[in-house]
Amino acid sequence: MKILSNIIVKLLLILAAILFISYSQQSLDSYTLGILNNIGIFAILALSYNLINGVTGQFSLEPNGFVAIGAYMTAILLIPADTKSDMYALVDPAPVILHMHSGFLMALIFSGLAAMLVAMLLSFPVFRVRGDYLAIVTLGFGFIIRIFAMNSPAYTNGAMGLNDIPDSANFLWIGGIAVVTFVVMLNVISSKFGRAMKAVRDDEDAAAAMGINTFKIKTTAFMTSAFFEGVGGGLLASFLTTISPDQFSFLMTFQLLIIIVLGGLGSMSGALLATILVMGSMEWLRFLDSDIVIFGHHTGAHPGMRMVIFAVLLIIMMLFARRGLFGDQEFGDLIKKLFSRRRNS
Amino acid sequence: MSTSLLEIRNITMQFGGVTAIDDLSFKVDTGDIYGLIGPNGAGKTTIFNIITGNYYPTKGEIYFDDNDITGTKPNHIVTKGIARTFQNIRLFKSMSVLENIMIGFHQRTNYSYPEAILRFPRYFQNEKRIKTEAMGILEEFGIADYANNAATALSYGNQRKVEIARALATQPKLLLLDEPAAGMNPIETEDLSNIIHKIKKDYDLTVLLIEHDMKFVNAMCNKVTVLDYGEMIFEGKPADAIVDEKVVSAYLGDFTHA
Repeated sequence: MKILSNIIVKLLLILAAILFISYSQQSLDSYTLGILNNIGIFAILALSYNLINGVTGQFSLEPNGFVAIGAYMTAILLIPADTKSDMYALVDPAPVILHMHSGFLMALIFSGLAAMLVAMLLSFPVFRVRGDYLAIVTLGFGFIIRIFAMNSPAYTNGAMGLNDIPDSANFLWIGGIAVVTFVVMLNVISSKFGRAMKAVRDDEDAAAAMGINTFKIKTTAFMTSAFFEGVGGGLLASFLTTISPDQFSFLMTFQLLIIIVLGGLGSMSGALLATILVMGSMEWLRFLDSDIVIFGHHTGAHPGMRMVIFAVLLIIMMLFARRGLFGDQEFGDLIKKLFSRRRNS
Repeated sequence: MSTSLLEIRNITMQFGGVTAIDDLSFKVDTGDIYGLIGPNGAGKTTIFNIITGNYYPTKGEIYFDDNDITGTKPNHIVTKGIARTFQNIRLFKSMSVLENIMIGFHQRTNYSYPEAILRFPRYFQNEKRIKTEAMGILEEFGIADYANNAATALSYGNQRKVEIARALATQPKLLLLDEPAAGMNPIETEDLSNIIHKIKKDYDLTVLLIEHDMKFVNAMCNKVTVLDYGEMIFEGKPADAIVDEKVVSAYLGDFTHA
């Protein structure tokens, strides 16, 4: 009975999400839709980054690398061959680049798989170290990917980047995949694998003493995270229609880190809400850059003022919610708590 | 007929120039509650870490159920039927008591990663089964009421129980307890020894424990090994250990040359 009502609630929520996504795609103006798309893509990235960083507790700093892999993969797969041979201005494109072509869905899947494969290979050196050292090793990987993109013009067109990527990514794709990512992450967390990931975060030696293969669990989390980061990168490339190595700098990782820490490390609901707040407020605070009238007094236009206010807001939020907005709980936990409190009083 | 479950054969463990364990051999028979005692730094926990695969011994072998298990990884040791607790309680802090126990079922939960993501029926069946079994273990320890509390919110004595219950969830044949009674008051200690006797009988366990509380050891163990500076100085009944000259001098110092 309880399970059945749970399933009904979940189905209703998913239905609501589908309705919202299809309504937005049809009815909203392109500016609002652009913000929503941006939020959707960053939600995918933040949710998957949260799995390795928040849930499994491996402080890694590489998502920009995986996003770059996904973005380039999708771009190369989507751009038609004759456009490519015109676009690669520095050197002729490698023959394999010209032969690669696929539809949008396949391009996204290949992007995810490519990032996942790299994550698998990377996990061998990365998970030999723990803590701060792991952060440095993964940070290095992020740099390597960007430098590789910069210096192998036959594959990536170097610093010029790739343009005219077909814009197949609309909000139906982006919103839909964000919902899928959210559901997958929640399902992972509430399974034995999710429990094992949390166990590794809390105490790695004790986890091993419970029969958990800690390396395997960390690699599982890393590869899952990389898959969705790759897919997110693919969506980003198609959404922006142009990519260059500079976009995938450490700043992207840093932004994701802010989001998941603000939301609460380990909480997927928190990551989702924090994405909306962070990505949204970048737009909603835009009025601060312009001239504001306070009691008839003109402040004058201060471009960049919104970033200052944004930073102050972040500091205030972290002061009052030290473990993030959600701690390590989900929407469901909070609702349950609210109900049980009401029943007790 | 040899019924030894665990056999330590000529184990030597060196850390750099320091010899922590020096050519140590002993046997734990099936059904024993075997005590490992000795002054601080005698190498007791080191032996545990060698048995559970955290350390690889410099020399010697460990046999469990007549199989050589020397150097097997900690997570495989669990599969073979050896579970342990830690000297300082190491529960999973972010999880509830019940989830802590469910972690112990990790290897006996049979569904794959895709099955978990797509929520196949096997996921629900397995989760339901291990939840029921985990509650059963908690009831045995008398802490079922705390199942949904945060593990770290429990009293020290109850946290110990959770740790032992968690080890028990892996279905071990041999249970290694590292100072289970440390920091407990006499009532809690009494409660603990009752529980250890009970689970030993119910689950057909063999227990190897490290302890400083001699009263506890006396009441629990049928055999003890006394270590000092990594060497065995006594093996036999606990009652004989406390009157043995070598053991007394290891704990209190050597008075003969004073």
